[in-house]
Amino acid sequence: MKLHEYQAKEVFAEAGIPTPAATLARTVDEAVTAAEELGYPVAIKAQVQVGGRGKAGGIELAADADEARAVADRVLGMELKGYSVDRVLVEDAVDFVNELYVGVTMDRGVGRPVAMVSTRGGVNIEEVAAEEPDAIAREHVDPAFGMFDYQARKVVHEAGIDRAVAGDVASVLTTLYELWTERDGADAEINPLMVTDDNEVVAADAVFNVDDDALFRQPDLAEMEEETAGDELEAKAHEYGFDYVRLEGNVGIIGNGAGLVMTTLDLVDHYGGRPANFLDIGGGARAQRVANALEMVFADENADAVVFNIFGGITRGDEVATGINEALDQFDAIPKPVVVRLAGTKARAGMEILDTDRVRVEETLEAAVQAAVTAAEGVDG
Amino acid sequence: MSVLVDEDSRVVVQGITGGEGRFHTEQMLAYGTNVVAGAVPGKGGKQVAGVPVYDTVSGAVREEDADASVVFVPPAFAADALFEALDAGVDVVVAITEGIPAQDTSRVYRMLEETDTRLVGPNCPGVITPGEAKLGILPGNIFESGSVGLISRSGTLTYQIVDSLTSRGLGQSTAIGIGGDPIIGTDFTDALGLFEDDPATDAVVLCGEIGGEDEEAAAAYIDEHLETPVAGFIAGRTAPPGKRMGHAGAIVSGSGTGTAQSKIDALESAGVPVGDTPEEVVDHVADLLD
Repeated sequence: MKLHEYQAKEVFAEAGIPTPAATLARTVDEAVTAAEELGYPVAIKAQVQVGGRGKAGGIELAADADEARAVADRVLGMELKGYSVDRVLVEDAVDFVNELYVGVTMDRGVGRPVAMVSTRGGVNIEEVAAEEPDAIAREHVDPAFGMFDYQARKVVHEAGIDRAVAGDVASVLTTLYELWTERDGADAEINPLMVTDDNEVVAADAVFNVDDDALFRQPDLAEMEEETAGDELEAKAHEYGFDYVRLEGNVGIIGNGAGLVMTTLDLVDHYGGRPANFLDIGGGARAQRVANALEMVFADENADAVVFNIFGGITRGDEVATGINEALDQFDAIPKPVVVRLAGTKARAGMEILDTDRVRVEETLEAAVQAAVTAAEGVDG
Repeated sequence: MSVLVDEDSRVVVQGITGGEGRFHTEQMLAYGTNVVAGAVPGKGGKQVAGVPVYDTVSGAVREEDADASVVFVPPAFAADALFEALDAGVDVVVAITEGIPAQDTSRVYRMLEETDTRLVGPNCPGVITPGEAKLGILPGNIFESGSVGLISRSGTLTYQIVDSLTSRGLGQSTAIGIGGDPIIGTDFTDALGLFEDDPATDAVVLCGEIGGEDEEAAAAYIDEHLETPVAGFIAGRTAPPGKRMGHAGAIVSGSGTGTAQSKIDALESAGVPVGDTPEEVVDHVADLLD
């Protein structure tokens, strides 16, 4: 789960990391009032959870009230990478001489947290990492002990941070690491950490992504979660408890188990179709879950056909088939072709139970996917 | 022969009194697994499916000589259960639990370095040596004893490939579900090493997916160290960057690492044939065994 910049800054400031004075605004008038109170120049920043806001026109400086009004008017309501902007952060514009990068994340390959520092702040750090990996100093942390003070000093030194601010940068990194640990961070980043001409450091941006699996013990952060997806179907999937990703193709996909559903997507592509979604209904296939899943894919106007692929492991195929039949009973009509493939325990018995007046049954995954791709093409034509 | 578990494994089930733990204990017993104990704090002295329950894993080890644990403990308490298993000194721990916070797993992984225990998972379907023992939730009936080793990050995809192998008469020595989380106790390289040393394994199927760089590391390891032939499959060719595809670990990062293509290229350059479809993988295995 991602926090908005203003939320992350609140969390950072509470922990003692310096952030610019700022006010959240939801209307143009609120934004102008906030700017007047802060004093100019101010930065007006769209609060959407996507990277590259600056380049996309979501961040702009304003030198007086007229500019503040014009910028707020343009940014509020704009569409930024598919998200509509409904609030802006109005912030004291920091006069900086340098932009640094400080971050903490989990290095999955090593199984340990890693702290990162670079003098190349203010730009896309992933690009820096790809093109000039040596420009980012890294220090792995032993989770049994946490980050020692010397480690913060060492990684700051190795990054080549100016001596005049090295102590303050190390202190920000130490605080960020503790915050990341206590609040179950997945990624915590300050990019840029601005250095002013009198050698103060200020977190001009803030990223804090929380480990979804740890939200149960971070109730106040969990409360900040909101329906930002903008996509109704993704919101619906969240409500139903499905793992769901909406794509743009013409073949709807429902299955059980992440790897098998991904493979079904790949096969749709392999046979010339385009996947409309990833939908994992999880273990078993009770009638109501199957009905919910079908309802979602039926509601996706891009999907012209559906392939339903269930591998019954512990759950028996005949039980799955009964669930599918009951689910189909909940629809007055089946609006698009549905191809079902059952495998595993009692799959044969399951296939005999399925109502072939309403769904097409195929024995192999390959045949089921091909049938759905062909059916979807027929609708296209 | 086999790897990790066999008919002599003495299994303790952590979380045996929960719904999942109880159900799968019955399934494991029905498969012939030697489940000797359960371990649940405060539930010592009870019995589940005829299996005695102990308050601690140490108790199960002391009284029943348990040497392998399978963990069905809910995510909030799972890391503690894993620490307990490591402390009790079992040889193998299989963590089925899905949804353990990453920082908890990181600490478990750290503790693992201090022990000789092998952790499989978390977020995995388990380990099965067909005809001998299964630790986990894999459907035993689709497996057949044989000489193909299988390593996979996914559950049902494993079943799909096993089902095809079995229906083509290609039995399995051991199948290891290594798990779909970003941090796991046994990675592809570890599992490949186990199969390389197993005389009963003549070929290995490596079933990977997008996210991380474990498949790339495995490819380098195969290239340098493996005599046993390997066939591969990678799920997630069509996954868009930045979207988590079900598993916590299955995500192509914004900078383009962890893509299916990178993994397929690495495996192919290590001489591993990679199937475009699950059926093709089985064709490759049949060719390797010829």
